[in-house]
Order: sequence, then structure tokens, then C-alpha cells
Amino acid sequence: MAYSKEHDRKLRKRYAAEKRFQLYGKMALLLATAFLVFFFYDIIKTGYTAFSQAEVRAEVTFSEETLQMPSKAVSRENRDVISRGFLRILPQVVEQHPEFMNTTQTMWVVAKGDVDQYLKSKPNRLNERETEYVEKLKKADKIRLAFNSGFFTLGDSKMPEIAGIFSAAIGTLYVLIITMVLSVPLGVMTAIYLEEFAPDNKFTQLIEVNINNLAAIPSIIFGLLGLAIFINFFNVPRSSALVGGFTLALMTLPVIIISTRAALRAVPESIRHGAYGVGASPWQVVWHHVLPVSMPGILTGSIIGLAQAMGETAPLLIVGMMAYIPDAPTGITSATTVLPAQIYTWSATSLRPYVERTAAGIIVLLTVLLALNFTAIWLRNKYERKW
Amino acid sequence: MLITIIIILAVLSGLSFSYGAYRAKVWEDTKQRLSSRPGHYAWYAVIKFTLPAWLLFVAALLLKTTKIGTVPPVFLLVCCFILVTAGFIISSKKFSPFLNARVVVEKHIRYLLITASLVSILTTVGIVFSILFEALFFFKHVNIIDFLTGTSWNPDTAFLEGAGRSTEHAAKPEFGSAPIFAGTFMITIIALSVSVPVGLFAAIFLSEYASNRFRKIFKPVLEILAGIPTVVYGFFAALTVSPFVVKLAGFFGLNADYTNALAPGLVMGIMIIPFISSLSDDVINAVPQSLREGGLALGTTKSETIKQIILPAAMPGIVSAILLAVSRAVGETMIVVMAAGLRPNLTWNPLEGMTTVTVQIVDALTGDQAFDSLATLSAFGLGLVLLIFTLIINLVSTYIIRRYRKIYE
Repeated sequence: MAYSKEHDRKLRKRYAAEKRFQLYGKMALLLATAFLVFFFYDIIKTGYTAFSQAEVRAEVTFSEETLQMPSKAVSRENRDVISRGFLRILPQVVEQHPEFMNTTQTMWVVAKGDVDQYLKSKPNRLNERETEYVEKLKKADKIRLAFNSGFFTLGDSKMPEIAGIFSAAIGTLYVLIITMVLSVPLGVMTAIYLEEFAPDNKFTQLIEVNINNLAAIPSIIFGLLGLAIFINFFNVPRSSALVGGFTLALMTLPVIIISTRAALRAVPESIRHGAYGVGASPWQVVWHHVLPVSMPGILTGSIIGLAQAMGETAPLLIVGMMAYIPDAPTGITSATTVLPAQIYTWSATSLRPYVERTAAGIIVLLTVLLALNFTAIWLRNKYERKW
Repeated sequence: MLITIIIILAVLSGLSFSYGAYRAKVWEDTKQRLSSRPGHYAWYAVIKFTLPAWLLFVAALLLKTTKIGTVPPVFLLVCCFILVTAGFIISSKKFSPFLNARVVVEKHIRYLLITASLVSILTTVGIVFSILFEALFFFKHVNIIDFLTGTSWNPDTAFLEGAGRSTEHAAKPEFGSAPIFAGTFMITIIALSVSVPVGLFAAIFLSEYASNRFRKIFKPVLEILAGIPTVVYGFFAALTVSPFVVKLAGFFGLNADYTNALAPGLVMGIMIIPFISSLSDDVINAVPQSLREGGLALGTTKSETIKQIILPAAMPGIVSAILLAVSRAVGETMIVVMAAGLRPNLTWNPLEGMTTVTVQIVDALTGDQAFDSLATLSAFGLGLVLLIFTLIINLVSTYIIRRYRKIYE
């Protein structure tokens, strides 16, 4: 039975190959999943500490003299552990609480970045004397880690302990609104024209090839376009939300056009024929019948496109939205930064305390992006009709 | 002032709308038969009365922002009023229940839609011209052959020339971009060697083996990978992967830079997994079921069917998916800006620091050099190469996939 043995051996080999092949597939998926899990674990581990912030219970003297020379408002020892950022805003504190003037208040005050890092057992640059003092404060319960509300209410700063994402978040909002106002109507109109009105000729084909190409062009090229056309030719102010919004709008346009076309194509012909049958004009067919039923698909595509724009950094660096901008923008033409650009600038600084803030900024950004994407998917599942 | 004109024009448009609606309502109240809906008459009034004024306003705005010329706002306002009045005098006479306002309105809607779709063409034209124009300016000063084949990239002294301080002692700026392309190539290769096997096997497993439930869980996992912003990947590459690579290299007795090419390459590979897997998934699913059944009927195992029948059949689609991944990897910016180096380095060793086209573009344009300095313009030279490369890859892959679709339709 030599033949059968040989046959058995071959068969076993083939089955083993089959198993191996399946294993490769599983390993590929496992690798991707494992990366994702480790990635989120790593970011959260690095960043969660930034949501708490060291504060020192200190006596702060408010008087004409200390407003002039804020460093005199606190005791000598406390001066080493309290953030200079807090001392700088003393006049604002008095403005908000006029009754503090000429009194000494005991209050929780933001501590220096290195004290904060020390309390979180991270590398820091405190000297021995300062360490001892912090330990003493700790025993007296005069130092604590409290919720870091400043991270959400303050703008960027050169002092890590008072650096926050507020101005970047507002900037992102401005840029996104401009992007949305421009790209959604333009994209939907283009898609309607191509799907519902355009005759099949060379011109239409040209537009189609164009849109597909635009979708594949690297985002940084759009930055070059924004720099050369919007800033140098149309004189839109550099670093402004306006130029950022314009650039991102052009980048998002193909995404919205492509998804809107898919949504329009999914609407069955019978609906159009029905509407024509009762005497509707071409535009009435689109406006009264096709658009309403394809709305969920269009919305989903738009949200996904905008989420993409929100995470985009490269073209915005090129149009100058990475400068040090501590204040929230006051209008669409003032200098602005956005969340991803803020993450980039923080990650480029060498100060340790910024690392956790960068990761915390990433956590915020990812949370918003995931929420947007889930909303899009939820919308699609809830309202999409199968014909 | 411009805002005032916008408000005035908006108010005039609103008045025109009410006028048209009012005329139509009067006819309706007197039980006349209208040839269009009342709303059409209202929009007809808006178009005929105020559209010329709006167009004039947009033209003036463009003139102003491009600094070609300025139109005095008062003059502009007077012109707008004249246009609106003229439109009213000419068109209000045509108002009657027999006027087919719907046709006119819909014609203008169509114009609007065409204008919108022209924006995408204008964008392409704008990209090509803006980059070509500045790049040609750059190539006037730097020989294009030297640019493409030179091995020494040293633009830093370019500003001296611009400032008129170039002396014989100062080093001449050099724009040999070969090391930059080499770095881009290296990082792309590393990224592909991660993403192609993982993406392809994931796609095969999900489309051929996985149960429905399994697919429902793991497809979103891959999609999340595509949704993470690149700046986040960059942070991860620079902060976690790079030190890890250095440590690992040290363990084997090798010396690695912190700006090594391996870390951004690996992370970029993870990033483009979903591009490969989702496109391959599509093309594998498009292979006709009859081919699978034919293979299985011959007694092959499932993996043999896949390897010898399905993959060859889907190969054009997979190739075009890989090509698209290449263009992603080449154009990717943030990961390399944050994790790869700035030093042009012509080497085969992925543990050394390297730089890429996109890094150099960002570096040249975010510095504080004058816009017309050669160092800044070099970004457009590099951008042109990048643009041409991605366009060619994209056209080739579209062509391949179109031919492939034809075979099975």
C-alpha cells in the first residue's frame, strides 16, 4: 500500500498548510487588534495623569504692593512651589473678587509643573530643599492633586502647569464650521449635478476623474495650495481660521462628493419615475423626493469627512497654524491654532510636563473623533433604508 | 463696509422674494390658474432683480482680495442699486400668471450646480498651477538634473544669498534631493512590509473564513485604525516606538538613532493596514462564486483555492490597492515629521536617522525664511515631484482596477 501511505502523507501536509494559512489570517487580525489595544493603553497611561493637577494650600496677600510685585504675595518657601503663572494673574483674581483687596486669603493655588510631576512620581527637576518642603506640605495636608479644570479653560502657555487646550478647541471649532459651511453645500451640489443632471459627456468624465484624483492627493499638497493660492494670491491672513477652513474644505470636498453620490445612487429609480409621473420638474424630483430619502447617507458621509478634517494637521502647519497662540481666536481672521496642531507643538517641546498634556490632548481629540464616527454609524444604521 | 453691502443686498433679495410671493398670492386669491408654484415666482423675482448685483459684488470682492484693484464701496453700492432697479423695471413687467417661472428658476439652479462642480476642477488647476509656478521659479536657479540626482542636500545657506550677504567663504546651498527620495523610499518600504502581509491576510481571513459575527467585530477594529489622526500616530511613534527600537537595537549590540527610519515606518505600516485590507476585501468579494466552487469541486482545500484561484484572479485589484497604499505612505507627513529625522542621509541602514520629502517640505515652509528664498521654494520643487508621483500611481491603479472590473462584469 505504498500509494496510500504516500497519499496520506501528502494529504496531511495539505491539511497542515490549510491550518497554517488560517493561522496567518488570525495572526494578522490579532496583530492589528493587539496594536490598537496597546496603543490606547499607552496613550491613556501617559495622558490620564494630566487630568489632575497639583495644588498648594497657600496664604495669598492681596494689596497694592503685591499686585505690583506678585512674588511678594506668597511666602518665600511657597514661592518655590507655586506656579508663576498664578502670580501673574493676581490682578485678574482681584478684578473678579474685589473683596479680596487688602486681605490675606488662604486658598488652593496651582503648583509649579515640577511639583506636579513629583507628586505623580514622574521625572522632575526639583532640588533637595524643594523636595523636602513638598514632603512637609504633604504631611500637613496642604498639597493635593485636584481635577485639572485649567486644562479645559486655559489656552496654551510656556508654563506647562497652566497650559490648556481651550484656545485650540475654540480654533478647531472655528475651522470646522468654516470647513462645513463651504464643503458640505459645495460637495452635495456637485454630487447632485453629477448624479442627477449631468449628461454623460467628456466634461462630466473630466470632473469625475478629477474628483477621484483629488481624493488621492496627499494632504500636504493641499497645504501648498493654501499657501500659494489663498495666502499669497487672495491675501487671506496667514494662520487664520479662514485660511485653515478653506484649505480643509477643499480637502474634504472629494470625500463628501463621493459619499453623497453613493447615497444618491442608492435611491431607486422608481421613486424618480413616480415623481415625474405626477408632473414634478427635475429639481422638484431631487428636492422633494431624492434628497430627503438619501439624507442619512449624505449626513454620514459629511460627518466622516469632517472628522477627517478635524484630525488633519499637515496642511495646517503649512498655512501657519502652529504658532504659539495663547489666546482663543476672536474672529475668523485672527491667528488661530487647532487641537492637532497644539498636540504637535506640545510634543515638540522638550519639557517633561508637556508629555502628559500632549497625551491628554490626544485623549480629548480621540474621544471627540470616535464620538463623531459613532454618531455617523448610528445615523446610518438607524435611518438608512434598504430598498 | 463689505458686510454692510452684503446686508443691503440680502435685504433687497428678501424684498424681491416677498414681491414675487405677493404677486403670486394676489393671482391665487383671485382664483387665476398659475403656470408655476408661488414659490417659483418669488425665486424668479430674486434671480431677475438681484442676481446681477450679487455677481458684481463677488467680482469686486475678488478684485479686492487679489489686490488687483479696489472698487470704492460707495460706487459699488450705487452700481448695485442701479442693477437692482434696472432688473426690477425690466422683469416686473413680465410677471403674469402665464409666466413659466419654474423653468427659469430651474435653469439657474442648474447653473449653480455646474458652478459647484467646477470648484473641484478649479482646485486641481489651482494645485497644479500654484506648485508648478513656484517650482519652475525654483528650477530656474537650480538645475533640475542636479536636483534629481545630486546626493547632497544643504539648503540652509540659501538665505545668505537672499540677504545679499553671500561671500566666497559661505558654503553654497546644495539641492541634491537623492538622499531625501532615498529616505522616503526606505520608510515606504518598511511601511509596506508591515501593511501588505497584515492587510492582505486580514482581508482574506475576513472575506473567506470569518463568520458574520466575527467580521462584525473585527471590521470596525480595522476602520478605527484608519480614523486615528496621523499626528497621534506620530506622537506614538516618537514617544513609544522609537525608544523601543533603540533599546531593542542596543540589545542586539546595534546602534540606533532616536530618529531612526524604522519607528515611523512601522507605525505608518500599521496606519495603512486598513487601506490595503478594505480594498482587497472588495476585490476578493468581487471574484465570482463560481470560481471558488469550481476550485473546491476539484478537491482542493480552501487555502489552495484561495492561493491558486482567487488571489490570481483578484491580483490586479490587490496590486492597485498596494499602489494606493504606496501613495499614502509617500505623502504621509505627520508621522515622519515627528518621528523621522531632518538629516538627509543616503544609507541602507534603517536604524539611522533619515528624512523624507514631506519632512523637508514642512521644514522649509514653517521656518522664518522669506517666501521667495531658494530654501522655501525648494519645498515646491519637492512638492511637484510628490504630486507627479502620486498622480501617476493613482492613474495607473485606477486604470488597472477598471480593466479588472471589465473582466468579471
